[in-house]
Formats: sequence, structure tokens, C-alpha cells
Amino acid sequence: MTFGSINDTRWSILATCLLVVAGAAFLGWAREPRELRTDPPVVADLDRFRLMSDGISGAPPESYFAEGKPYESDAYNLSQGQRLYTWFGCQSCHGDGRGNVGPSFLDGWWLYGPETVSIVASIRDGRPHGMPAFRDQMTIEQIWQLAGYVQTIGAYSAKVAATGRRDDRYTRPAENRAPAKILFNEGPVGAHPDQGPSP
Amino acid sequence: MRTGRVLLLSIISAVAGCSGNQAALDPQGAPAIHIEHLIIGITIVCTVVWLLVMIVLGWALLRKRSSDSSQPGERSLTMIVGSAVAATVIIIAGLTIASFYTTRGIGLPENAALTITVRAQQWWWQVIYADPDPVLSFQTANEIHIPVGQDVRIQLESADVVHSFWVPSLAGKQDLVPGRSNSLLLRAERPGIYRGQCAEFCGLQHTHMAMMVIADEPADYQRWIAAQRENEAIPTDQDAAAGKIVFLSKPCAACHTVRGTPATGTTGPDLTHVGSRQTIAAGLLETTRGSLAAWIADPQTLKPGNNMPMVPLNSVELRNISAYMESLK
Amino acid sequence: MTTRHEGEDLRDRGLDEMELDRRLSQTWSTPAGLWGALSTVDHKIIGRRYIVTAFVFLALGGILAMAMRLQLSQPEARFIGPDRYNQIFTMHGTNMMFLFAVPVMEAMAVYLVPLMVGTRNIAFPRLNAFSYWMYLAGGLLLWIAFAVDTGPDVGWFAYVPLAGPQYAAGKRADIWAQMITFTEVSALAVAVEIVVTVFKQRAPGMSLDRIPLFVWSMLVTSFLIIMAMPAIMIASSALILDRLVGTHFFNPAEGGDVLLWQHLFWFFGHPEVYIIFLPAVGMVSTIVATFTRRPVFGYLAMVMALIATGVLAFGLWVHHMFVAGLPRLGESFFTASSMAIAIPAGLQIFCWLATMWAGRPVFKTPFLFVIGFMVIFVIGGMTGVMVASVPFDTQVHDTYFVVAHFHYVLVGGAVFPLLGAIYYWFPKITGRMMSETLGRWAFGLIFTGFNLTFFPMHILGLQGMPRRIYTYQPEMPWSGLNMFVSLSAVILAAGFLLFFIDAIRSAVSGTAAPANPWEASTLEWATSSPPPPYNFARLPVVGSLEPLFNNPETLPVASGLSVDRRELIVSSVVEALPEARESSPGNSIWPLWSALATTVLLIWSIFTPWAVVWGSIPVSIALIGWFWPKGTPEDDA
Repeated sequence: MTFGSINDTRWSILATCLLVVAGAAFLGWAREPRELRTDPPVVADLDRFRLMSDGISGAPPESYFAEGKPYESDAYNLSQGQRLYTWFGCQSCHGDGRGNVGPSFLDGWWLYGPETVSIVASIRDGRPHGMPAFRDQMTIEQIWQLAGYVQTIGAYSAKVAATGRRDDRYTRPAENRAPAKILFNEGPVGAHPDQGPSP
Repeated sequence: MRTGRVLLLSIISAVAGCSGNQAALDPQGAPAIHIEHLIIGITIVCTVVWLLVMIVLGWALLRKRSSDSSQPGERSLTMIVGSAVAATVIIIAGLTIASFYTTRGIGLPENAALTITVRAQQWWWQVIYADPDPVLSFQTANEIHIPVGQDVRIQLESADVVHSFWVPSLAGKQDLVPGRSNSLLLRAERPGIYRGQCAEFCGLQHTHMAMMVIADEPADYQRWIAAQRENEAIPTDQDAAAGKIVFLSKPCAACHTVRGTPATGTTGPDLTHVGSRQTIAAGLLETTRGSLAAWIADPQTLKPGNNMPMVPLNSVELRNISAYMESLK
Repeated sequence: MTTRHEGEDLRDRGLDEMELDRRLSQTWSTPAGLWGALSTVDHKIIGRRYIVTAFVFLALGGILAMAMRLQLSQPEARFIGPDRYNQIFTMHGTNMMFLFAVPVMEAMAVYLVPLMVGTRNIAFPRLNAFSYWMYLAGGLLLWIAFAVDTGPDVGWFAYVPLAGPQYAAGKRADIWAQMITFTEVSALAVAVEIVVTVFKQRAPGMSLDRIPLFVWSMLVTSFLIIMAMPAIMIASSALILDRLVGTHFFNPAEGGDVLLWQHLFWFFGHPEVYIIFLPAVGMVSTIVATFTRRPVFGYLAMVMALIATGVLAFGLWVHHMFVAGLPRLGESFFTASSMAIAIPAGLQIFCWLATMWAGRPVFKTPFLFVIGFMVIFVIGGMTGVMVASVPFDTQVHDTYFVVAHFHYVLVGGAVFPLLGAIYYWFPKITGRMMSETLGRWAFGLIFTGFNLTFFPMHILGLQGMPRRIYTYQPEMPWSGLNMFVSLSAVILAAGFLLFFIDAIRSAVSGTAAPANPWEASTLEWATSSPPPPYNFARLPVVGSLEPLFNNPETLPVASGLSVDRRELIVSSVVEALPEARESSPGNSIWPLWSALATTVLLIWSIFTPWAVVWGSIPVSIALIGWFWPKGTPEDDA
């Protein structure tokens, strides 16, 4: 079992193993661990997104892009958002996402645009015709987590990081099965006539 | 030599650490006392058996063998091995019966007069003292008071994942399983503070999910119940009054309840009498004004991954709100 | 289809030794170079690979353990945060159980069983190659995931709902569940091969009562694998379905049950520990026989104890669920059965003690490890009897007491015999002896370090320290013992390091080993060290339980097998009367392609259910390539 000449099979096997190990180590070093505590200055910056004058769409803060858009692509944040959806009573007006008194997230009709920053503004500042402002009830980080999650409810192609079903009664497909795509034909619910034409 | 080390360790541990308020070998409640007897009994039997096996092993290996190569009788060896197996069967049967007796000696929780519901959450304990009259029901968190000398049934429910309720000085543990309703019998023989901890891995902060079970004399217990039933203690101190305003205007009120105020949130622990509890954050810190301030200022550093967000507060607000929290006795 | 004519089937009758060796080597050897290494079906090469890979995983798991001990050495330490720590202890358990303990025992069997039963190769050799590649793929999947912070963090047992779709964010738990599929497919494959090898490929004359005890233990283990692994495959598949597709197996709100997971997992999980332990029993029997220079006392009793343990192992699983809230009567039944399994284990211990007493011990390193096993495993067995009791368990379940218990039975009961077995069979596998001096040092350090590390954990558990915590409060009385344990772990690590150094050095430059350096009695010592590719020039004929003791100079052999194509003898199940000459498949690259295709399917299915549909196309192509007749001489038989 000696390592003879350099052409020996064992050298190529050893080289492959070392390459795999080195590659994994590099990936491990390059990838960020799950962030449980965001730095307070970064969190403060999250409040400073800029909206268009009509309140539809805008730009997240620069730090958001620098962080790699964590609230849209990170599984941990999306699952926290799923938790917050239940905890802050969103179901009472939006149901399971298909709408009730409030608009649906699954009908493809984002009244204020599908961008995360619009959803954040809706939650933080409220919207006409009944959406309350949550700025005094949730921290801005929680609002971003919730907004990222709400976006996955209405996404047409499921993200890998999207959440699975909740351990609850089954009412619609889970976010990781692109429910909007499945339920689109059910039509919009809960849109106020003042809010413009529906799809 | 191994025996000596075992003996020494036992003595050390008996002196130093077997006591304490979270130890199975320092039982203060009837179920735990039954179990402790069993523990000691089985340990003695098992130690003796192990020593015997070691002695035979040593003898078998080191015995002087006569220089001729005659083999000892297979017949007599068969008899000896057979007897050893028979002895094993008897000992095992004895231990099994002892175990059954201990199980029987621990009462059934269903027979207890007093029921307290504990609903485990990630990563704190919601405690519900229900009463047929809803006005007399109240909730608290992470701290349970029970009257000494009475059987208490703890109704175990879970809001999310599997947890385990374990107060070793009083009783064995029982899991809180979502979708199931388990119950556990507690009975304290002496007044005292008994610490428990979640004993089923439940996520990021399973480590810091402790609770206190405080056994009171009946009179003290009734006094505690009456105090807990009261709504919030109106703050008299200036800082505390300012703190109440901060509490109600910030996200705190959306998650926490303080009875008697507009704060009726249910996702976090009930804070109506948080100042009267021994610890905060499920046994993480002693309840003092400083620790309350530290916890509110940065919960994610003290208990990373827990569900309390970091609410940005300036130093004045922090000072006031910690005064308010401490005043909620 | 073949171009061979009658008369070209040259048999081994009448060939002299050198000619026989030349022709057999030509037929059975693996070509040099990368292609040969990837396409070999030689059980010895695959077995060696398996063993080395398993020990690499052992080392990695040990590093994880040292990280945990560092974090736990002081109260409220900040070396490792909760998220990383949860991944570390999950990885430690998962790696040790699925990537080390079971595979290494299988690996020893893959190498040794064909030699011990006197045949030329294991049954289904291409499946053997496939199983190694699947094992390697599963291990790489898990470790690469851990390296990129996607390692599972839900415990090695992955209880739902914590591992379920709502509470385990990301793909971590899915990677765990799919790794299970890899390793269980691999284990099942080897189990099937061993059963068939032992039942149908034994040397003529090796009736059931002449099978070496190690082979018996591997046979029983293989049946346990076949019966137990499906339970966890169902469980892990149901978990992936719940997470990926939204089924409700474990969702109480829609009629599922959280405890279903626990039942399925532990129905596998308890036999799993016997899958790890029984091969070690076989190793101990072999080493005790050789180093007391007499056969093990009570052969029939030992075999019966093995079978009884295997059967009883399926009746214990609820003892892992004693605090889940099940009815008392049911739990008490499992107390009785869990205590009862101590009886066959005790019988085995007594038989070994009788063997030692009646024999003449030789205190070489393998035997030292067996003595260590006796000391440590009996302690583990005693604490096992303790935790078998329901009320006792309600105080120590999920505490460091249980951690101590299972390390005593797993390390004492499986790793010690394994290390002894490595020292014992190293000469056979590599042709070189390991160092006796380093071996004694390694044993001493490992034995001392192990006891100093794990015995105090019994006390910590009784002092109220739960498991799976990444730190503890300074007010609790656990700091001193934890620091002691962490420091002792360094001794244990040093011992293992010494073992690895010894193994590597000896493999490269150890003293050359003769065919039978220990003067043992089983068939693997009847051939050279290391064995030639064809194992035996002519397959031996066995007339007793100790063929080499009774025929020290020459063994009777069977002749008449072909030397031009790969051939071995198939014999009857009970009496091992020769029934047929069976051809054995030659080298093939298709197991590798099949394993790659299956790997793609399984990893892809973590992300989408459609992978099962589309991914099965390459798998089908690979399997068709595998089974397509190739026109080799072996196809004819």
C-alpha cells in the first residue's frame, strides 16, 4: 500500500480528495453564517428606504444590497416572516394570503407593486382603506422579514429558500410550491373599488 | 484503581454537587423521592455486578496456569456459566419488579386536585392558572408556584415543537408534544425554589429555557395567587410612569400583556407581574433593574435567535422602561 | 455470444502453483491506474476503501467532538454560537452513527467474510462497488453541506416538528434526510450481499455449525439491517415529502402525528445500535479465541445469544420514548424487554470469561482492546439496565447520563473491539504488522482518556445537566466537571491520534507480516498477507470449526474450478455441500455510473419533486448498461 510513482492511482485519488476538501473549505469561508442578530446601524438603515412620491415602488437602502438582499433570499428570515404573519394578526384581514376583508397576495395584482420596498412601506406606514400602520407594533427588521415572506406567497416561481407548509390546517399550497401560480385563476378578493381595476 | 476512583468521585460529588436545586439525587418532592430510592438501589446492585465481573476477568487473565496443557472440565465451566446466566435472569427480574413498584408508587396526575397548564413555546414557558371564573384566571411565565404537600397536576401542551418539562428535584420529566395533551404529577414536600430546564432539544435556545417551581406554604401560596390576580401595579415612581408610556407606544405592547393597560399582546410572556419573578428570559438572568435593561436593550446578544426583537431605544427610554418593568411586582 | 470453444475452459486441476497463480491473477486482478480503481469489483479493494473512508469520518467526527468540549469547558463560553453548535452536535451524531459506525462494521465484513467462508469474492460484487460509491456520495453531501453552513441542525434523530417544514428553515433537514437515503441504500446492499455470501458461497464442508462466530455475527447483523433500515427510509422520505411537497404525515392539525416520527425513527434506531454492536461481538469472539489459544467456550450458546439479541432488538424501541406521554402499561412492557436483552449479552460475556479462564492468554494489543471492551462495555450495560427502567429514565433521559451510557456501550462495545480488530487484521489486509509498542500506548491513552472523559458525565446527568445545550449558567454546579471532562478529552484525542499515526506509518513501512502471524484458526489466515486477488489458489474444504488448528501444515482443497474466467463454488445452505460452479462478475464501470446517476437524482430531489421523474432516466440508462450482457466468459455460467 505504498505510494509509488506519481502516476499511481492513489495520487489521483488523494488529489481529488484534497481538491474536494479545499473547495468545501473555501465555500465555507466564503458563505455567511445565519445571522441571528443584525447590527443596529444596519437595522437603522433599513428604515431609510426611499419611496416614489405616489407610494408605489422605490429603492431599498444601499446597505440592503450590500447584505445580499437577506430578507428576500434567506431561508431563516423568510421563516421568521412566516411566524410574524400569524403573530401580528395578518390573517384577520388577508386570510391565508387569498384575501378576506383585505386584498389577496395570490391574484397577481400588487396594488402598490411587487417590490419588497413597497410591501415594507405598506406594512410600516399603512395604506388607505384599512391597512393599519405597524411601525409602532413591529421593529423595522421584523417588517422587512414579514414583507419578504409576503412576497413569496405571491411569487410565480418558488424560491429555494421559500418556506414549507405550516403545521396547521391546510388551506392552500405552501410558499415553496408557488401558490400564486396554482391559485391565480381563482381571481382577486377584497380589493376596494377605489383601488383601481382588477386583473 | 478503578474502585477507589469511583468511590472518591462519589464522595466528592455527594459533598459538592449532588445537592442543589436541579438535581435528581436531591429530591424534595414525592415522585422524585421514589425515583431516588430506585436510583440508589439499582446503582448499588449494578456496581456489585460490575465488580464481580471485573474480579472474574482479572482472575481469568492472571491466574496461575499449570505448565501442562490440560484443559479444565468443559462440564464444570458449563455449570458455572449456566449459573451465572440464571443469576443474571434473577437480578434482571428483580430490577424490573423494582422498577414497576416505583412506577406504581408515583401517583397518577389525573387524581390531583389542582391543575396548572404549562404551554411550552420556543423558548419560554407559558403558565396558565385557569379558574372556572374567568376573572380569577391569570397567566404568568417561566415561574410556577405550587402549594407544599399537595398533589399538583401540570397539564402539558406545546405551541410549536416538542419540549420537555423537567424539575428534577420534584419529579421526572414529561414531554410537551404538539397535538397531544400530556400531564405530570408534581408534589413538593418542603418549601423551596426548584429549578427546571427544558429537556428536549427544541431549537436555537433550548439551552436557555429554564423555569422555577416555587413551593410555598399554603398561606403564602394563597397570597401569591391573590397578588397575581391583581392587574398591574400602577407605577408611582416618575421613571416608571414614563416607562409605561414608552412601553405602550413602542412595539412592546403588540407582543406582551400587562393586565390593566391597553397592552394585550399574546405572542410574548405576560408581564403583568414580571418584577415579582425570580428570573427573566426563562431563567437566563436574575430579575433586577439592570438585567431588565440589558435584556430589553439587546436580547439577541444574550439569547441569540430568540423571538424577542431588538427594539431601538435611547438611554432615557431604556432607563424608564426598565424602571417600569421592575415596578410590576 | 462468447468466442470460447469447448476445451478452452482450463481448469485448475493439474496446474502447478506458479502457473495457477499466474492464470488466476490474470483472471481476477484489477488493472492498475485510475480506470482499474474506479471499475474494480474486488471485495478486498472495496473493503479497504470503505474502512479508510469510515476512519476519515471518525477523525472528522472526533474533531467536532473536541469543538463541543471546547465550548462546554466553561460556563457561558462564547467560542461557538447556538446555530453553529446545533449543527456541530447534529453532525457529530449523524456522522458517527451513519457514516462511521455502521459502515465500518460493514466494511470489515466486506473484506473478511468472503475470506473467512473460503470463497473468491463477495456475492454481487458490482452491487458492492455501487454501495461504496453511494456511501461516499452521502458522506460528501453531508460534509460539504456542513462546510457551507447548511449542515443539519435538528439533532441526529431530527424530531418533528422541529425538523418539519415550519420550524426547520432552509434545506438543512432535507440534506440530512437525503443523506439517510444514501447510507441506507449502501447498507442494505452490503447486507444483502453478506446474507447471500454466507448462505450460499461457503467453502465445501463449512456447515452451519462450523461457521466462524464473526461470520455469524455479520449474518445476524445483515438481517437486522434488512428489517430495520426500511423504517428510517420511510421516515426520512415522509419528512422530505412533508417539507418539499406539503404532505401531512407529521402534522397533527391535519390528522398526522408527531409521535409517528419517533416510532418510525426508533424502530430503526434501536436495532441500529445492535447493528453496530453485534459485529463487534464477532470481533471480540475472534480475538478472544486467537489470543487465549482455544476456541470460544459455548459456540452454540454464543450463536443463540446472537440470534436472540437480534430478535429482541426489535422489541425495545419505545424505551427511547418513555417520556413522550405513552400509556404506563405499554411503557412497562418495554422496560421488561429492555432489561431482558441484558441476558443474552450477559451470556456472551460469561462465555468469553470462561474462554479466558480456560485458555492461555497472550497479551498482545488486540487482546488489550478486548479487555478494555469488557471493562467499559459492562459499565455501559449496567447503565443500560438503569435507563431501561421507566422511572429512572424520567430523571436521566436527555441528560448527560444518557450521553455517558451510550458512549460507554458504543465506544466500549464497538470502537474498542474495532480497534483491536484493526490491529488484528491489519497484517492480513496490508501485509505489514502494526507497532506493538505504539499499540499499547494508544490503548492506554484511549482507555484512560475515555473513562476520564465519559464517567463524570454520569454525575453531570444526575446533577441535572441536560443534553444538547451549547452552554450552561455559572450558578449551576457543572463547571468543574465540565472542565475536567474537556481536558480529559484531550487525552482521548491523543490516543486516537497515536492510533492513526501507527496505522499510517505501519501501512507505509511496517514490518512484513507472514500469512498467519497470530497463529489463528480461521480461513483468512490460510492465504498470504495480503491475499492475492483470487483469495485462495484452490478453495479450501473444511472439516471442523478450526480448520487451521486441525490441519496446521496443509489444508484439503477443492479443485476443478476454471482459471480462465472468474468462478467460485456455490454450496448448500445448511451442510455446505457444493452445488455448482458459479461465475463471478468481472470489473465494471457501471456501478460508478449508476451511483452517479442515483446521486444526481437524490440531490436534485431535495429541491424539486420532479427530480424523481427526470432523474430516473439516467438511472435507468446506467442500470441497463450494468446488466447488459457483455460477451465476457462470465456471462455464460
